[in-house]
Amino acid sequence: MAEKEIVISVKNLVKKFGAFEANKNLSFHVNKGEIFGFLGANGAGKTTAMKILCGLSAPTSGEISVAGYDVYAQREKIKRNIGYMSQKFSLYEDLTVMENIRFYAGIYGIKKNLIKTKALELLEKLHFLEMANTLIGSVPLGWKQKLAFSIAIIHKPEIVFLDEPTGGVDPVTRRQFWDLIYDASNRGITVFVTTHYMDEAEYCDRVCIMVDGRIDALDSPDNLKMQFNAANMDEVFIKLARNSDYEKV
Amino acid sequence: MRTIFYILQKELIQVFRNKTMLPIIFILPIAQLIILVNAANMEMKRIRLHVVDNDLSSTSRELVSKFEGAPFFEITGFSFSEKYADNQLLTENSDAVIIIPKGFERELTKGNNTALQIRINAINGMVAGLINGYSGQIIANYSLEKQKGKGGNSVKPGGVVDISYSFWYNPDLNYKIYMVPGMLVLLVTIIGMFLTAINIVREKEMGTIEQINVTPIKKYQFIIGKMIPFWIIAMFELVFGLIIGKLLFDIPIQGNLFVLFSIAGLYLIVALGFGLFISTTANTQQQVMFVSFFFLLLFILMSGLFTPTDSMPYWAQQVNVINPIAVFLEVVRMILLKGSGYSDLIPQIIHLTIYAVIIMSLAVMRYRKTGA
Repeated sequence: MAEKEIVISVKNLVKKFGAFEANKNLSFHVNKGEIFGFLGANGAGKTTAMKILCGLSAPTSGEISVAGYDVYAQREKIKRNIGYMSQKFSLYEDLTVMENIRFYAGIYGIKKNLIKTKALELLEKLHFLEMANTLIGSVPLGWKQKLAFSIAIIHKPEIVFLDEPTGGVDPVTRRQFWDLIYDASNRGITVFVTTHYMDEAEYCDRVCIMVDGRIDALDSPDNLKMQFNAANMDEVFIKLARNSDYEKV
Repeated sequence: MRTIFYILQKELIQVFRNKTMLPIIFILPIAQLIILVNAANMEMKRIRLHVVDNDLSSTSRELVSKFEGAPFFEITGFSFSEKYADNQLLTENSDAVIIIPKGFERELTKGNNTALQIRINAINGMVAGLINGYSGQIIANYSLEKQKGKGGNSVKPGGVVDISYSFWYNPDLNYKIYMVPGMLVLLVTIIGMFLTAINIVREKEMGTIEQINVTPIKKYQFIIGKMIPFWIIAMFELVFGLIIGKLLFDIPIQGNLFVLFSIAGLYLIVALGFGLFISTTANTQQQVMFVSFFFLLLFILMSGLFTPTDSMPYWAQQVNVINPIAVFLEVVRMILLKGSGYSDLIPQIIHLTIYAVIIMSLAVMRYRKTGA
């Protein structure tokens, strides 16, 4: 912990919606440059925790800092230093690929003459140049997701939050999507990703498994497999999920 | 500033790429002006009058001929039976019945007072009021004529008050001139309030608002970026509507157009703020529709567009303080018909300014980038 720089630190995070406790006393940290997987069944509280880290939602209590800034007092500073891609599609369907890039690049304060070159660079990397003037609405889903991710990191944020980014995407495109994630990670961007695809969990440096709003396990995939005596992450998850209150009912 | 520029650029592309937008901007005002101004006409022409003349004297015939000669009336029949006449009202063959009693002429020549009766179909109270007014005027004129003519008679003519009418600011009582400014107000209000609300809620529905909320865009930047396009479109509508009004209905433009546009700009902040406020209370476009219709309907009906606000009960006039349409309608009519300038409109300007500040603060307070 001493040699690594911590970019997200969470201590005793609690989030309540009325009487329902969506996040029960979460504590964890994320190191700079790592791919941090946030796993859990639907309703385990992953998205809630992520929204708090992004400043979309206010925590009930807890000490949380993101990119060195406090989530209570310095929300606007956090927003300058993160990228976010939601499970709901986040690009404008009635704008073209190029117009979407220009808009997001513009509001993150990228200089006008740089926007064009950055956009072309981005499209070339995705082999997407010929689609530059196509409306997003008519671009296939897998392509949209790759594009949304590339746009989410166009301003070189410290951290990018991905909320179930590969939902409904075919395996080949998912693989390509993870190549993009590795690439971002290699460039020093910390990736915080929620998913419920267990094969994707294997790609992460460390994973955190949430059950019923608690963190039940947090380690590298290899250590977790060893700890739970499992052949793959799928088994780890199922063993943990059996402890869920939900499953016991 | 640059952030606002990028938001504006995106909004304008989206607005004009929307296929239903251009018809709304260009066809709505033309249709609204042509159809409503012509249709919502409250002048009465051809009131169908049934005559029951029990006197059959030269005096009664003279009176009936006055009605015949008036441009508003059309005699649909004569009879001697009140029952038959009432039936004419019942079957909607006549709008009114005039009953002249036996001995009408005799009493008049004797110099006595006499009475006649008019029965009016008052299913539509407004129309009935107009018929009452018109017929009263004809009879009053006639009786005045009679009195003057009998100057040398045994009856003392007495002092006669002769009323002469002069209608200011709309000398021909042209209904269209009255309606067009009202339609212009409706137009800019609908565009301003409705489109703004729909536009913002659409981002909620699509989920893109969440993306906007994690970006460094500030609340005021987002709101300004959202409002300016519709402010411009609504101002354009006003100009466009005025041109149509001038070309088709030859409405008078007595006042200074700059005064009109500057107050319209202020009013639009109120209308857009209202739209913004509605959008913060709704999550779907459907909800926006319902809430907007509720407010628009209430505001329009109480605005004085169709019925004068002065005839509303006192409490309703007080409630109308929150009706921005009523205030702006007054402003537009005063400028266009009367030629009022800033100094005549100070109360309205203050009213709209306070309104704009309140509604914008409410909307901004309610619009939160952070959910619960």
